[in-house]
Amino acid sequence: MNASATSQKSLWKVWAALLTLLALTWLAARFNLGLWNTVIALVISGMKMTLVILFFMQVRYSSRLIWIFACAGFIWWMIFVSLAMTDYLTRREVVPYQRQSPNTPAQGAPARRE
Amino acid sequence: MAEVQPSLREQFDSPAQQREASRLGIWAFLATEVMFFGGLFVGYIVYRHSFPHAFAAASRHTNLLYGTLNTAILLTSSLTMALAVHAGEHGARKQIVKNLLLTILLAAAFLVVKGFEYSEDIHEHLVPGPSFFAGGDPRQELFFYFYWAMTGLHALHVIIGIGILSTIASLAARGRYNAAYYTPLEVAGLYWHFVDIVWIYLFPLLYLIGRHL
Repeated sequence: MNASATSQKSLWKVWAALLTLLALTWLAARFNLGLWNTVIALVISGMKMTLVILFFMQVRYSSRLIWIFACAGFIWWMIFVSLAMTDYLTRREVVPYQRQSPNTPAQGAPARRE
Repeated sequence: MAEVQPSLREQFDSPAQQREASRLGIWAFLATEVMFFGGLFVGYIVYRHSFPHAFAAASRHTNLLYGTLNTAILLTSSLTMALAVHAGEHGARKQIVKNLLLTILLAAAFLVVKGFEYSEDIHEHLVPGPSFFAGGDPRQELFFYFYWAMTGLHALHVIIGIGILSTIASLAARGRYNAAYYTPLEVAGLYWHFVDIVWIYLFPLLYLIGRHL
């Protein structure tokens, strides 16, 4: 009934891959690649997460129902972040926090429009 | 079916169905955990989008050595956890207990490193508030609100994980699990891997973003 899906050897291989990815992300962060710094870091995190979910959490060998449950949280979070960012990315100006001073009028005034 | 299976509860038709129900349950719980941490991650994204330079500058004050070391420790603890579940599949009691104890040890090591890091952070005035270092630059302070809240909540999960794994280890040592029934071990493992995954994202977001500056 409980035919082992993963071998011990493959678990060690996944671990080696995870530590290699950690070294890569650490190395990549030391160079100034502009926007790519963030992209590379997040892609590597995504790869690490995928390895952990598929092999350590054995989702690769699980039923489709488990796949749906495993994806549900992330899909919902994607909706969450997309809706939040459609707001923040399309505002023309976000007034940053300003220190209270007698010269600045209206603390926390709504975004100025040119 | 005539065979008596002590671990099979009456509401289930078969051990396989019972196991699947438990695994669905923990995955549903993990989905709520994704939303729990997800709120903090979205908050981080929104404010990093608003103040990218302040966030990058603030993140340089975190300790990369401790962060990297802790990532390696947690990734390794995930390996030992997976090895424990693998031993469970074969009903190898000694291997289960050995690997669970290793996992607990690594989890404790993570907390020790985090403790050293926190004490250094406090020493360097990285705690938001009146003594904050950057002349009270509120945008850098904001980064550290996220730093403390996210790593603190994560550390709480590690502490809870140690409790769960210790319970499972003591039950395993008393021979409660065998090749036909080791579901609690598996479920605890899924929780532990989730805690690892949260850190996999915290590491680049908190420690790596300002390193090249």
